[in-house]
Amino acid sequence: MLLIKCPWCGERDETEFSYGGEAAIKRPLKPKDLNDKDWADYLFMRKNTRGLFLEQWNHSVGCRQWFLVERNTVTYEIISTKRMNSDALNSEDSQ
Amino acid sequence: MKKYSAFSLFKNALTNNKNWQASWRDASPKSKYDAIIVGGGGHGLATAYYLAKNHGMKNIAVVEKGWIGGGNTARNTTIVRSNYLCKESSLLYEKSLKLWEGLSQDINFNVMFSQRGVYNLGHTLQDMRDIERRVSANQLNGIDAEVVNAQQIKEAIPLINTSATARYPILGASLQRRAGVARHDAIAWGYARAASELGVDIIQQCEVTGIRKNGSQVTGIETTRGYIESKKVGVVVAGHASVLADMAGIRLPLESHPLQAYVSEPLKPVLDTVIMSNAVHGYVSQSDKGELVIGAGIDSYIGYGQRGSFHTIEHCMQAIIALFPNFSRVRMLRQWGGIVDVSPDACPILSKTPVEGLYLNCGWGTGGFKATPGSGWTFAHTIANNQPHELNAPFSLDRFSTGALIDEHGAAAVAH
Amino acid sequence: MQTNRLNQGGFIDRHKTLRFTFNGQSYFGYQGDTLASALVANDIKIVGRSFKYHRPRGIIGSGAEEPNAIFQIGSGATTEAGMRATQIELYDGLVAKSEKGWPSLSFDIAIINDWFSKLFGAGFYYKTFMYPAKFWKIYEYFLRRMAGLGRAPKQPDPDHYSHQNIHCDILIVGAGPAGLIAGVSAGKSGAKVIIADDQAMFGGSLLASKEIIGGQSSEEWIASQVEILKTLPNVTCLPRSTVFGYYDYNFLTINERCTNHLSEFTAGKIRQKLWRVRAKRVVLAQGAFERPLVFPNNDRPGIMLASAVSNYIHRYGVIPGKNAVLFTNNDSAYQAAIDIKTAGAQSVLIVDSRSEQPSDMVDAAKKCGVELQFDAVIRNVIGNKSIKAVQISAYDASDNTCKDKAEKRDCDLLIYSGGWSPAVHLHSQSGGKNKWDNERHCFVPGKPSQASSSIGSCNGTWILEDCLKEGITCAQEMVTNLGFKAVDMKLPSSKKTKINPMMPLWQVIAKDSSENLPKQFVDYQNDTTVSDIYLAVREGYTGIEHVKRYTALGFGTDQGKLGNINGMAILGQALKKPIEQIGTTTFRPAYTPVTFGVVAGEDIDEMFEPTRKTAIHDFHADRKAPFEIVGQWLRPWYFPEDNEDMLSAVSRECIAARSSLGIMDASTLGKIDVCGKDAVSFLEKIYTHDVAKMAIGQCAYGIMLGEDGMIKDDGVMARLGENHFYLTTTTGGAANVMSWLEQWLQTEWPHLDVYMTSLTDHLSTIALVGPNSRRVLQTLVNTDLSAEFFPFMRTCKSEIAGIAIDLYRVSFSGELAFEVNVNSNFALHLWNLLMKAGKDFGITPYGTETMHVLRAEKGFIIVGQDTDGSVNPLDAGLGWLISKEKDFLGKRSLERADSLRKDRKQLVGLLSVDNKSVIPEGAQLIEKKATSGPTPMYGHVSSSYYSPILGHPIALALVQSGRNRYGEKLLAVSSDAKAIEVSITKPIFYDLKGEQQRVE
Repeated sequence: MLLIKCPWCGERDETEFSYGGEAAIKRPLKPKDLNDKDWADYLFMRKNTRGLFLEQWNHSVGCRQWFLVERNTVTYEIISTKRMNSDALNSEDSQ
Repeated sequence: MKKYSAFSLFKNALTNNKNWQASWRDASPKSKYDAIIVGGGGHGLATAYYLAKNHGMKNIAVVEKGWIGGGNTARNTTIVRSNYLCKESSLLYEKSLKLWEGLSQDINFNVMFSQRGVYNLGHTLQDMRDIERRVSANQLNGIDAEVVNAQQIKEAIPLINTSATARYPILGASLQRRAGVARHDAIAWGYARAASELGVDIIQQCEVTGIRKNGSQVTGIETTRGYIESKKVGVVVAGHASVLADMAGIRLPLESHPLQAYVSEPLKPVLDTVIMSNAVHGYVSQSDKGELVIGAGIDSYIGYGQRGSFHTIEHCMQAIIALFPNFSRVRMLRQWGGIVDVSPDACPILSKTPVEGLYLNCGWGTGGFKATPGSGWTFAHTIANNQPHELNAPFSLDRFSTGALIDEHGAAAVAH
Repeated sequence: MQTNRLNQGGFIDRHKTLRFTFNGQSYFGYQGDTLASALVANDIKIVGRSFKYHRPRGIIGSGAEEPNAIFQIGSGATTEAGMRATQIELYDGLVAKSEKGWPSLSFDIAIINDWFSKLFGAGFYYKTFMYPAKFWKIYEYFLRRMAGLGRAPKQPDPDHYSHQNIHCDILIVGAGPAGLIAGVSAGKSGAKVIIADDQAMFGGSLLASKEIIGGQSSEEWIASQVEILKTLPNVTCLPRSTVFGYYDYNFLTINERCTNHLSEFTAGKIRQKLWRVRAKRVVLAQGAFERPLVFPNNDRPGIMLASAVSNYIHRYGVIPGKNAVLFTNNDSAYQAAIDIKTAGAQSVLIVDSRSEQPSDMVDAAKKCGVELQFDAVIRNVIGNKSIKAVQISAYDASDNTCKDKAEKRDCDLLIYSGGWSPAVHLHSQSGGKNKWDNERHCFVPGKPSQASSSIGSCNGTWILEDCLKEGITCAQEMVTNLGFKAVDMKLPSSKKTKINPMMPLWQVIAKDSSENLPKQFVDYQNDTTVSDIYLAVREGYTGIEHVKRYTALGFGTDQGKLGNINGMAILGQALKKPIEQIGTTTFRPAYTPVTFGVVAGEDIDEMFEPTRKTAIHDFHADRKAPFEIVGQWLRPWYFPEDNEDMLSAVSRECIAARSSLGIMDASTLGKIDVCGKDAVSFLEKIYTHDVAKMAIGQCAYGIMLGEDGMIKDDGVMARLGENHFYLTTTTGGAANVMSWLEQWLQTEWPHLDVYMTSLTDHLSTIALVGPNSRRVLQTLVNTDLSAEFFPFMRTCKSEIAGIAIDLYRVSFSGELAFEVNVNSNFALHLWNLLMKAGKDFGITPYGTETMHVLRAEKGFIIVGQDTDGSVNPLDAGLGWLISKEKDFLGKRSLERADSLRKDRKQLVGLLSVDNKSVIPEGAQLIEKKATSGPTPMYGHVSSSYYSPILGHPIALALVQSGRNRYGEKLLAVSSDAKAIEVSITKPIFYDLKGEQQRVE
């Protein structure tokens, strides 16, 4: 039973959160320029790391904020949690 | 190999059981094989057995990082059925079920396949539509299946709660009578014994640390017990497929999640069939030893720790009590977790890969145990012929690019 | 007669006699007894029959390790199986039955298994019962009946169970000497402490000892410590509470048994409580389990662990035998010999496998008249149903075998002790490893992997003074670490005993091989013997996990508490490897079994899942509408009048809506308010249609796709302002869609200025449907509802009787219709106003079934029914919704090879050729049945109804190349094998031009 530190609310029981899988999968800027394989890569292929893994969680029954978690997928140890960094993770529509 | 039978038991009893032979040879790795199977679970051992038996490949090895049958083979709830919705999956699982039906005799090891029937319960009108859709498709595919109503369920399983005022009342179910449960350890040991007899090297305590390639052709594997050469490598490591594929530079559409299960203390017979309910997230059968064997839903996060979170067990327990209010005073003896690799369409990958000579068998999600014989049979065909059998051709890695996914979600949000 | 009861001593009340029955026979015990102590007091020798060989068995232990005295307690709905007599506190009227033994415990016919036991070696069932193949069912029938222990109740459990969450600074598991002093030490510092012990009384091993601690008797010392704990407000004491699970992040689960000691069933009380604990630190002080010794016939009734003997004497005033032999390889067991001799045993002989060496224990034993024999072992036990004598042989430590010559010694009790195994279970569950200690000959906890410490004998610390010291030190370190000020604690004085080291003796080895000797049991519960382990090795099962699985070692309900270590050591002997190379076993929850009920807690029955009811629910309930369960919601299915069946009710409702006026509660629709200056640009990415082109006040039917291009959800959405939208989703999809939108917004496009609010519960939605809907509604609102001012697919604000409403002229029925959104607090009132206003037009409430018929007549899909995860918008005939100009989620996937296939399944309509058969939903569509092999299927029926307005059945289906097949005929085959001939049509049956919903 994980204990997750929401960067907004503090430590809470895992049952307050929902899981969002691998973080930092960037949606292609121009999907139509991608071939089927590259699109499938974005759509389905996952790191599924055994060990330190950057993932996203949502404090779904709390502040409903998505945030980043670095966690060891073997020991389940959470190394750090941090707020979504809009600069690092997005760019598409920054115009 | 000396044949197992009541007679052999009797004969050996006379000599105080001191003349039994090893079930399989505990081999050390040779420098080169015609094919290597990575992963000594049920699927890997079955693959080796059918490679040797059906395709005449004898110079082959199974390498296992721990003890054979110690991964998901030892950690599942042993349900065997073939009543899947999609034609592609139902034919693959039906092939498997047919193999199960003669398996004890084929490998001369009692895998205790008990065809006691599997009920997949429906709790909502949409569940019942899905059941009707799946059962009529099963029948047309030649797979035994029927729809039963709540009253028929109650007659067959007197202790089940069919009250109309239940939070999620049971409206009906699909029933596959040929489905059932089997003995999980036996499948690994039995295939190991039969494969070993055909000359397969079973190498335990041998972890793969790298996959060597020459250009796009696989040339061998590096292990904790040295380099082993082979132009054909089949990877069958449920849970860890992404880790192994990564060694060959292949990305997979998989996520590995904890899947938990638990057993009660052994009881006198109280449940003679298998109950599955996706809507309330629980499935239960009773082992021959008397334990209620219960599976929960998967935990949401990626986890290689062979354990999940307690609230998943709590919720499953609530579901089981919703179905069987009399089980409330039954006691949980032991809980555990396995690692399941889940694919986007909840269907396996049984496929060649972009690396020539490297084959992948993974993505079974929660449904791998039942597929063990069929998976081994088709995967052996794929490795031996360097092309898939028609039964596993739809389960290629390419389907994620073309979009030809096999959608089992319609039938099973949690495909067991 | 309590023949074995002593006149004094023990924590029992000899004035409170309790009557209980065992296998139908009445007995008496005292308040404070366990069922086991009462049985021993009554000189009951045989308490069970073994699992496989049905050998008679007696009580061996006095706690969680007991493998034999396992009973069915109670009867009927409140019976419970698998209960250990050693853990059951006696209450008046207790009913206990042994779980095996037919026709009786004393004569069990299945003892023939024992005579033919060579046939039933480890794993025998893998080797037989295979031929003929079809006989497995019959073999299995009998095997199942032989297996299994107790019985599950047949009736629902009348008891209640509860959960409680709690946080603490320090959780202490076990209130023996180490745990108690740690608790006092931590408690005095002010830290929030929970101390849990599975026994009714705190004190642990001290309860069975006569130690002097700090000048007090152990009894007084325990009382004084408990008194301190009770006065500390920051300390919670939990007796009768087993910590059974240690999960990640110091989350532990405790099973508190609140009423088990009172009666089978205590009405109005919580029977058991699950404490869900998050502890900053955990102290593991669970103690240790004494190990049996392994020798031929070491399972005969009348054989008991040394610690159990002391327990029965000191805690319960019960003496388990008069003439005792004690077989040991260590000093600690001497105490039992001294205790039983002092309690009045006629003769006591200690048989010690070690050579004589001076020690305090030897002196003490000699002093009270105990006989001693060194360099000797028990090589066999005589007596079948109760022990009569033992055979003693000299032991040769040089070659680890016993001599052939044996002498016989009569006795009625054989006490044994093979040393101690720390209870490392929770440490192991927490992720910590255990390591073998070659001096203490046991597994001790390795480095903790979570914030925990093991102290006392569960850390392999045997001497009382050291245990107390560990308790104080550990608590002081922890509290200091947590920022509390540790209080000075004086280490109480206790006797320093000089003890000699134990001698590892895993098995009494004779010259003859173990196969030729009587059975030597390693795991009593599963009848695993030494020969079984050797057989497993012979057959290649050499890894500990293989051996355990093949021989069932440790798979009993005691989870190998007694047998595992001996088993591993014997495996080591068989493999000629030291035990540390055999590996360790990992322990999993539960430490001791827990009821399903307590794990489930309160969230069962109607509390299994939250039930969501609309604000108008009472109206539906008053009208006796049956409810359809949709997600967590209850939705009225139809509104029967005068015993109408569903078909008649639905027909009446449909006709009313099509010909005059229907009213439906659509409140379960998901509703999301979206605003912010980037709302348009956000929604453009979400919906497939051109959101930017929508005028203010305009509504649109919109669909959302997953990135895989498949339809995810649908609903009407409306533009309320330049940067303000209102979205609806399906009932089942509401929560998912909201989360999904938030995920995209926050993780992919956080720079967008968009705010979303779920209005699903805040607003209720009432649909007024039918040609008279405008006329009736117009009587209540001032807004001009004429087509000119309020045309189809428009929204506006209005008011009814002073209640603010939002009006939407949208239609899910194809009729002129209005959806009224209102604050849920006023919804029922508004509904009643509308019912009243529509009375003259025969306003007819309808439910989900009529809604389905009406929408199917128009070919409107239900996402999740007419689509599954494999249907894209083109398949569903919604290509017209797809913007060519912009990108949106899932668009790229529509161009993949498989999406462009010409033979994809497409949404079509179906008509029954006979014009009267309603096709079962889910039926498959075929041309004809194949004579062999799978029959090709072209699609399936997703929705199917009888259409009252048309007077014939209609259906929607997904069919391969469906839109090219209009007019073709297929067979719809359902699970009952019936085939209905159908013809394929466009997926619209009524008002093909769509005039009625747009009516002027």
